[in-house]
Amino acid sequence: MCRLSAISSAEYTSVMDAVMALDTMKEGHDGSGLGVTLKDLGGEFEHLKEYPILSGIYSDAGRRRTDEYMERCGFKAKFTWEPRITEGAGINVQRRGHYLATAYQFPDHYRDRPWSEQEELLTRTRLELRRQGTDDDSLYVFSFWPDTITLKEVGDPLEVGRFFGFEQAPLTARVVLAQGRQNTNYSIQLYACHPFFLQGYCTMTNGENTAFVPNRDFLASRGFYGYHGYDSDSEVFCHTLHYSHHQLGYPLTYFKDVITPLKDAEFAGRPDGATLGLLKRSLRQLCIDGPNCTIGFLPDNTVFLTHDSKKLRPGIVGGKTGHYGLMSEECGLDQVLPRRQRQDDIIPMRYELVIIPPGAQEVQVWNQRNGSITTVS
Amino acid sequence: MESAQRLDHNSELSLLEFPYIIRWREDRCSRCGRCTAVCPTRAIEASVMAQRLVHTDTEGGTLLPATIRRVSTVIRQVNDIDHHCVGCGTCSLVCPNMAIMPEYNPRHKFLFHKNRGGVPYARGGRRNDPATSTLDKLKFTRISMLTDPSLDAGRHEFYIRTLMGRNLSAEALPLERQGDLLLPRPGAFIPPVREIFPIRIGGMSIGALSPPMWEGLAMGVAYLNEVENIPVVMCSGEGGLPPRLLKSRYLKYFIPQIASGYFGWDEIIHALPEMIEDPAAIEIKYGQGAKPGDGGLLMAYKVLKLIAKIRGVPMYVDLASPPTHQTKYSIEEAVAKMIQSVSMAWGFRVPVYPKISGTKTALAVLNNLARHPYAAALTIDGEDGATGAAYNVSMDKMGHPIASNLRDCYLELVKSGKQNELPLFAAGGVGKEANLAANAAALILLGASGVDIGKYIMQAAAECYGDEHNRCNLCNLGRCPRGITTQDPRLYRRLDADRVAQRVVDIFKSAETELKKIFAPMGRSTQLPIGMADGLGVGDQAIADRLQISYVC
Repeated sequence: MCRLSAISSAEYTSVMDAVMALDTMKEGHDGSGLGVTLKDLGGEFEHLKEYPILSGIYSDAGRRRTDEYMERCGFKAKFTWEPRITEGAGINVQRRGHYLATAYQFPDHYRDRPWSEQEELLTRTRLELRRQGTDDDSLYVFSFWPDTITLKEVGDPLEVGRFFGFEQAPLTARVVLAQGRQNTNYSIQLYACHPFFLQGYCTMTNGENTAFVPNRDFLASRGFYGYHGYDSDSEVFCHTLHYSHHQLGYPLTYFKDVITPLKDAEFAGRPDGATLGLLKRSLRQLCIDGPNCTIGFLPDNTVFLTHDSKKLRPGIVGGKTGHYGLMSEECGLDQVLPRRQRQDDIIPMRYELVIIPPGAQEVQVWNQRNGSITTVS
Repeated sequence: MESAQRLDHNSELSLLEFPYIIRWREDRCSRCGRCTAVCPTRAIEASVMAQRLVHTDTEGGTLLPATIRRVSTVIRQVNDIDHHCVGCGTCSLVCPNMAIMPEYNPRHKFLFHKNRGGVPYARGGRRNDPATSTLDKLKFTRISMLTDPSLDAGRHEFYIRTLMGRNLSAEALPLERQGDLLLPRPGAFIPPVREIFPIRIGGMSIGALSPPMWEGLAMGVAYLNEVENIPVVMCSGEGGLPPRLLKSRYLKYFIPQIASGYFGWDEIIHALPEMIEDPAAIEIKYGQGAKPGDGGLLMAYKVLKLIAKIRGVPMYVDLASPPTHQTKYSIEEAVAKMIQSVSMAWGFRVPVYPKISGTKTALAVLNNLARHPYAAALTIDGEDGATGAAYNVSMDKMGHPIASNLRDCYLELVKSGKQNELPLFAAGGVGKEANLAANAAALILLGASGVDIGKYIMQAAAECYGDEHNRCNLCNLGRCPRGITTQDPRLYRRLDADRVAQRVVDIFKSAETELKKIFAPMGRSTQLPIGMADGLGVGDQAIADRLQISYVC
């Protein structure tokens, strides 16, 4: 089962903290890979927040091809970050090529366009680059978005973290999502590695999604250019989040109503009960069937965690004001926040959605049955 | 003087030409005559047989050969093609000594001869094809293991329900945001949707079915809904509904059907002001899988007083439904006239959907319906469906298998993103080999929202004799030996409506358990796994390719 480690913090946090948590939770994953997505970046990217960052892996040819393509599109590179790759004894990670995060300036003719057009350009550019690398594996691109970096590689998470040089020169961010990936019934493939990112929305999920095919078919038939990929059954969570929040304009709490709808008899407990039946029917094919725990963030850096009723071991959220961890296992939280007040830990039940608003000043627990919010700070 | 032709029997058929040959045991028969009395086709008759027996006489201590002539009463199978044995086996059912039994003759030449008088062979029943159907070749191969532990069919909660009716797309939902809440916009139209059990009883009319059969089905359906909490719905078939039912609270479990003869609809419309419940839905029949492109016919001798009253016709007249709706010029017109006007009759509170035969042109119908906001669903009836009366050639040679037809339609809806908006119901061959839940689940995984059954329920609930070897199939003649498809009181008195109802309840309860046993190992319980084709596999590459599922071996 994949292990999930997320941190939401008021201060910039090292990505290595999340990786160490994964290592602590090692019993649960087979060390087949590490994926990290960082949002609200610190360090060298702190002053580049408005510039979209292309995260990817390139062979020499792939790098040249990408540079040429980006130049042709009118993107101007502002800054490129490369991890301090560390190889040697105890690090069994095969270097694939150049690991780059490049901040670009929008093409001149796009600078004054509405955000909706800019975000479409970013997504279409990423997908086109992905397409160009599909046949020869010359390039992989994971995200192309302002203030966001994604890195993925196959190997034991701790070894991959060391490989990227995070011990000496870590990336920092206020929101970090990291996932130790287990290949289940899908082959080991970088695009199958969580977290998944689309237009500011990001999720990582553990457990197999048995309703994957109906979920995927429904999303892929929405006519939205970004619903693409699906090398993992967990990618649908990210796209469902995007669909409900971005496309349909629903508040975040309705994401839970979409993926884990209440029973009809439970609608009455909610002030918007009449809406729930309509959503349940119209979005029937986005209902998941678990067992899944999912952690994600929104474009405004809100971080959340929820799971379905079949999740035998729920996720856990704990920490202190300004620094919270959201983990699939309690030991991961102990690693990141050993001195927290454990009695304040939140182990959500199936009806709960844990929300950490931007800035990590408090934790909100939204109850699906009655729509109430309990705030812990 | 007899002609030479007559004497050598050259113009007669041998019993080997017949599909069923009667095996009669003289040593067991008590000559009670019950078998000849019940035979629905008069294929057997009491006859006499002269026998010459050779024995030995003992005369003065010397053994001498001698003959005696003995006349005995026998049961003889007639070799008249119009009185062929249909293999129903009613004779064996009534025989007190197990002395008689029909036996299938695989080398028969029945169809070479069954067109006397220039009249093609007509019958009831289903396609005579005993081969394993595609549905029965499909296996459920995605079993949850370790990474997503499978569920416990006996312990977990399962949602074995489907939606019948038009589901608005999320984009079209009339919702408005108030703070962090989404609330329905007051007064906005939301199409009616019913939550039902995914196996429905398909259209079989009062008239085609005998009173106790229809009543038994109806009682079973009401019990399932009211007592067992299994919301099974049942289609009326063409021919209306009993007046008392129209005005009762049980109407909500029934789907009145309109077909090209419009039988019973005058009565239904006139009963509208007195209805205290809306029906579950309205089905508009454009075609039937067993006899696509063919109309219906209820023979005059089935049109007794009750049938005449329900259908609003005189007694003892042939009731022919034309092959098409005579007032319709095109699908657009059909949709506009029928679906909208019928929807309007119930104030747009009742889902209205068409049923068509399985056909290569199903996609054209589907695409039209998908664009029509009042079309509530589409039912596609495949070639393995059954009928009360049709020409043999229609049943055996016309039609389209349901599996690929349904799959094509579902994938077409996926292409246009409307797979959740327009539910597909599949019929025709569900439970052909008694695997009701497995066939239903396979169709659901291929994309159906639900399935219809007809002949399965007749066989399982009322012991219909019919099979794919042309057994019995006398539904069209009103001589059903089980009393299922007859209006002859002497025959239908054999059928106990209460027992039929009990069996209907048994069948749906066991089907629900079996569906759980299928969905549980696949890890599915919260929603019906519509379109979850990754759960299916088949050991036939061509079928796998055609249905876009895995080939397994």
